Amino acid sequence: MMKRKALDLWVGVFVAIGLGALLFLALKVGNLASFSAAETYLVKANFDNIGGLKKRAPVKSAGVVVGRVEDIVFDSEAYEATVTFSIERRYEFPKDTSAKILTSGLLGEQYIGLAAGGDTAKLKGGDKLKITQSAVVLENLISQFMFNKAADGNKDNK
Amino acid sequence: MTAAIGFLERLGGRATSSIHRLGFASRFLLLTLQNSGMCFRRFSLVLREIYFAGVLSLIIILVSGLFVGMVLGLQGYDTLVRYGSSSALGVLVALSLVRELGPVVAGLLFASRAGSAITAEIGLMKATEQLAAMEMMAVDPIARVIAPRFWAGVISMPLLAAMFSAMGVFGGYLVGVQLIGVDAGSFWSQMQDSVDFEEDILNGVIKSVVFGVAVTWIAVFEGYDAPPTAEGVSGATTRTVVTSSLAILALDFMLTAFMFRGA
Amino acid sequence: MRQGDYDPAQLTETCSGVSLVECALCADCCRHSVLTKPATDNLVEVDNVNFAYDSRRILKGVNLAIRRGQVVAIMGLSGCGKTTLLRLIGGALRPTEGEVRVGGRAVARMSHDELFALRRKMGMLFQFGALFTDMSCYDNVAFQMREHTDLPEELIDDLVLMKLQAVGLRGAHRLMPSELSGGMARRVALARTTALDPMLIMYDEPFAGLDPVSMGVIGQLIRRLNDSLGATSIIVTHDVAEALQLVDYVYFMSDGMIVTQGTPEELRASDKPFVHQFVHGEMDGPMPFHYPAEDYGRDLYSGDAR
Repeated sequence: MMKRKALDLWVGVFVAIGLGALLFLALKVGNLASFSAAETYLVKANFDNIGGLKKRAPVKSAGVVVGRVEDIVFDSEAYEATVTFSIERRYEFPKDTSAKILTSGLLGEQYIGLAAGGDTAKLKGGDKLKITQSAVVLENLISQFMFNKAADGNKDNK
Repeated sequence: MTAAIGFLERLGGRATSSIHRLGFASRFLLLTLQNSGMCFRRFSLVLREIYFAGVLSLIIILVSGLFVGMVLGLQGYDTLVRYGSSSALGVLVALSLVRELGPVVAGLLFASRAGSAITAEIGLMKATEQLAAMEMMAVDPIARVIAPRFWAGVISMPLLAAMFSAMGVFGGYLVGVQLIGVDAGSFWSQMQDSVDFEEDILNGVIKSVVFGVAVTWIAVFEGYDAPPTAEGVSGATTRTVVTSSLAILALDFMLTAFMFRGA
Repeated sequence: MRQGDYDPAQLTETCSGVSLVECALCADCCRHSVLTKPATDNLVEVDNVNFAYDSRRILKGVNLAIRRGQVVAIMGLSGCGKTTLLRLIGGALRPTEGEVRVGGRAVARMSHDELFALRRKMGMLFQFGALFTDMSCYDNVAFQMREHTDLPEELIDDLVLMKLQAVGLRGAHRLMPSELSGGMARRVALARTTALDPMLIMYDEPFAGLDPVSMGVIGQLIRRLNDSLGATSIIVTHDVAEALQLVDYVYFMSDGMIVTQGTPEELRASDKPFVHQFVHGEMDGPMPFHYPAEDYGRDLYSGDAR
């Protein structure tokens, strides 16, 4: 029992280092810092094909992250994908903003890119984006390329 | 023919006795949890055990974490640079550590260092009749000796795993950025973009808590159940390390399959 | 026995002349039921107790009665069931048949709390002391006081030093058990056993492995503590010389049964072959020297042993 104080000190140091390590992981390694408890509003958009878009994928405008994809569901009436995503409240977008599914880098993960339109009226929570462009599907691209090539070849032959 | 039957009999006998033991171990865990009241009223008992299980494991965890991170940095760079993605080194190191290597390797190290020590200590206390003496003094040995060690292990494990991962990331940074020359900015920024707090870090913490429970439960039970002889205690210590390691790897598979199902 | 069942007048009567620690623990009703209204003169009664472990019968119909204030020895060869008997009295084991009563109440039928209260009034000295190796001698002796009472640390300090003084080891209170010799460890364990002034003290082979001086010391201490505490002591041993000098009454066990009993003088003078062999340490008698084997000549000439 004589070593009580030293023991308590070491255990305290141990727990402090442990919590510090957790904090380090959360802030510096993970995305907790950037994921502040900012207020967001939800917006929907329909896409023909979402490609490899996943929940929690970033929503960027001009390359800056302005929100996250919250939910992706299949609309069985319009046979399209309805993506619900959140935008931080401090960013306002006009009502005719368009959404495109882009890929970061050549083989990177997919995200939603927002391009602002010219409307003076702003988007509110629950609104739906009218203009969308689906993800580029590699097979369609290749078949299009082949089709073009074949058409060129025919034109030359004539 | 009789030899084959004899072999099967022994195999069956071992299977049933294993199941017996599992049942006893489960009841023992329940007893430990029920008698944990004293641990929370007299937290100094747990603190003392956290010192012996956690603090004394610090050195091995920190050093191993550093080395594992450095190796990840080296090997990761070697592979990534072939695809021109060397800037993703931070992502590779961080995700490998936080999701898998941190909880698992820290768990294995904890099992071999602290787990075996706990088993040996409890086994020796049983062999020298200290537990029986305590019982005769109307102090429940499970409440006084077993439960504090159990909770100390459960508390220490996640902290040690976090420290392991943190040291590993630092080791990867040392090798990748300082030694090899990967861009520091992209190292950290890509890492922060890809490592999600809820999905990766929190899951890693959950894993390490589960491992902590498993390892400490096995360590405490083996010690309590050890035959009170020298060979008995040494066999129990070996069993603790082997069983804990297998349990960690099996649980890791189950938890990973459950948590990271196609993300 | 519930609170309010005892007479306050009897309470003060028994409290006077009793140690400070006992008075400080006066809240326990069960204790007073034992101290104030003894149903019988016997503190411990073992009534036709049988005990079997799996299929092995260890105790086969043991009967004994131990009066208050006595120092009783239970002797016999190794494996005759002496330690098992102690465990049954302490409530660590349950008899397969028969009953063990302490203070008139059956131990096996006690609830958890009653057994708890009983054990606080019993002390057991284990074979090699069984001191807690992770704490100092001081903490070992203070253990029960800290666990079971709310006495302030200053009072515990005085009590611990008094107990250690009684066994002659007050100067060693800071040492750890690993730093003590066998005899010293046994004495500290004795101090620990008597820390809460128990009314029944059990000793499991207290003289095993000690040098003659330590043996004498332990023997004297057992007697002195028993008489000064007004307690009852049961000693399980096969050390004949020390035991016969020390105790008031002896029970002899063999193969799970009591074969003979009596005062030390009676036993020394006994002509029963078994007792005679044991008391005088004879090599051959009812307990044979030779392990059962085949004919000697045949064994030598057949060469089968290899």
